[in-house]
Amino acid sequence: MNVTRGFTGRPRVHRPGLPPGQYDAGDDWPVLSAEVTPDLAPADWTFRVDGLVEEPRTWNWEQAHALPGSVYEGDIHCVTSWSKFGVRFGGVSLDAFLAAVRPLPTATHAVAYSHTGYTTNLPLTDLTGGKAWIAFSHDGRPLAPEHGGPARLLVPHLYFWKSAKWIAGLKLLDHDEPGFWEQNGYHARGNPWEEQRYSGD
Amino acid sequence: MTETTFTPPTRFAIPGRIAVTHQGANVWQTATLTEIRRETPRAATFRFAVPAWVGHVPGQHLQLRLTAEDGYRAQRHYSLASAPDDSGHIELTLDHVEGGEVSGWFHGEARPGDRVEVRGPVSGFFAWPGDRPALLIGAGSGVVPLMSMVRHHRARGLGVPLRLLVSARSPEELIYAREYGAETTPVFTRSAPPGTPVGRIAAAHLEPVLAEAPPGGWEAYVCGSNAFAEHASRLLVAAGQPVDRIRIERFG
Ligand SMILES: Cc1cc2nc3c(=O)[nH]c(=O)nc-3n(C[C@H](O)[C@H](O)[C@H](O)COP(=O)(O)OP(=O)(O)OC[C@H]3O[C@@H](n4cnc5c(N)ncnc54)[C@H](O)[C@@H]3O)c2cc1C
Repeated sequence: MNVTRGFTGRPRVHRPGLPPGQYDAGDDWPVLSAEVTPDLAPADWTFRVDGLVEEPRTWNWEQAHALPGSVYEGDIHCVTSWSKFGVRFGGVSLDAFLAAVRPLPTATHAVAYSHTGYTTNLPLTDLTGGKAWIAFSHDGRPLAPEHGGPARLLVPHLYFWKSAKWIAGLKLLDHDEPGFWEQNGYHARGNPWEEQRYSGD
Repeated sequence: MTETTFTPPTRFAIPGRIAVTHQGANVWQTATLTEIRRETPRAATFRFAVPAWVGHVPGQHLQLRLTAEDGYRAQRHYSLASAPDDSGHIELTLDHVEGGEVSGWFHGEARPGDRVEVRGPVSGFFAWPGDRPALLIGAGSGVVPLMSMVRHHRARGLGVPLRLLVSARSPEELIYAREYGAETTPVFTRSAPPGTPVGRIAAAHLEPVLAEAPPGGWEAYVCGSNAFAEHASRLLVAAGQPVDRIRIERFG
């Protein structure tokens, strides 16, 4: 262990639910994105699922909202080391979208892409079984543009860069294909509990 | 099965334009502090010996961690301030964040000979190898990765046009003030030298620079707090800079 002389750090309060290397950001919600925040009106938003599916499909705002609503209440964790406890997102479970397109048995991974052209990859098992959402609201209010509004992907059990802002679609694949940050050295999966920050972690 | 290629309605600068190494991204190595230089009352530059540094492209950052006696670790990202060279040294410039865990240690405790751990460089998205005309816009410590670009430009005698707009609260808080040349326009938000207006970076600062864009246009690099990055990138878009030629680094 390489102890840094004179470094004690903040008093440590054990916070159950806080993954290693993370701190509780409290009411703060830092914004991290490499691109210009797009002006994307709900009327211009669409969400498509294609690739290895029986029936590719595109939903517009009304069609997506016609699906059964689903809420996520829990925590989120960003790779830059802040976590946010007890957040509440409203949206639609990804399972509802996937049920409509029927993934082929060969589909194992997905690339999520946003309306800005941003991409991120995920194993399909991280998107199914009530683990992922298309989120439209936060704390009962429309999702702010800088946080991915009008709609973002939400995969709260992985580092938050996987929860692509301004989500435009998912392409299902039979292999893993690195997305934007993953091509920049970040981890393929990004499990906060295993501190999978960079490739090789 | 149908395959369609998605064309984003708003384009976004693509990664991979610039080849960077991720060789150092998962190897922690010891960095030994060799020198501390005060820049402003709130910011100082820390020079480290990192003998096995794999090199970086201006604009890249690293991950730094401090370890306490009980094993507790704090890790943060810091942009490389120095230009790439083969000196076996790198420089970081840190703002003193009130109550900050890591910057607090650097500004209150650190002295030459101290050792910390770094890994990197990481991320190539914000990198600028000196290939395209660059319009750099930063505020506060957001000027750090941009200074690496300016220094690289000078050290290599690059002919490609380079302009820097840097925002600071006051002349006293302008990091690297002594080093700027004709490429730089400082903008002061709270107090300015007599005769210089006080205010945020505005369309009036950008329009002349965009009007005199070199052939092929500028590659814009925006760095600072999120609030600044939002403000500056929206101004750029409004002034006609293409969205896919704007790269943003937000310090959180
Ligand atoms: C890509 C990138 C590059 C960067 N480059 C630079 C650079 O070149 N120079 C520079 O000065 N900075 C840079 N930063 C910012 C830097 O990473 C740190 O955020 C900054 O130095 C503050 O760290 P700190 O440990 O001093 O403060 P922190 O202790 O992290 O405090 C910062 C804020 O977070 C809150 N906070 C953090 N941890 C806790 C906790 N446990 N409990 C309560 N509140 C907490 C604090 O209240 C405070 O408001 C960069 C950031 C990024 C993402």
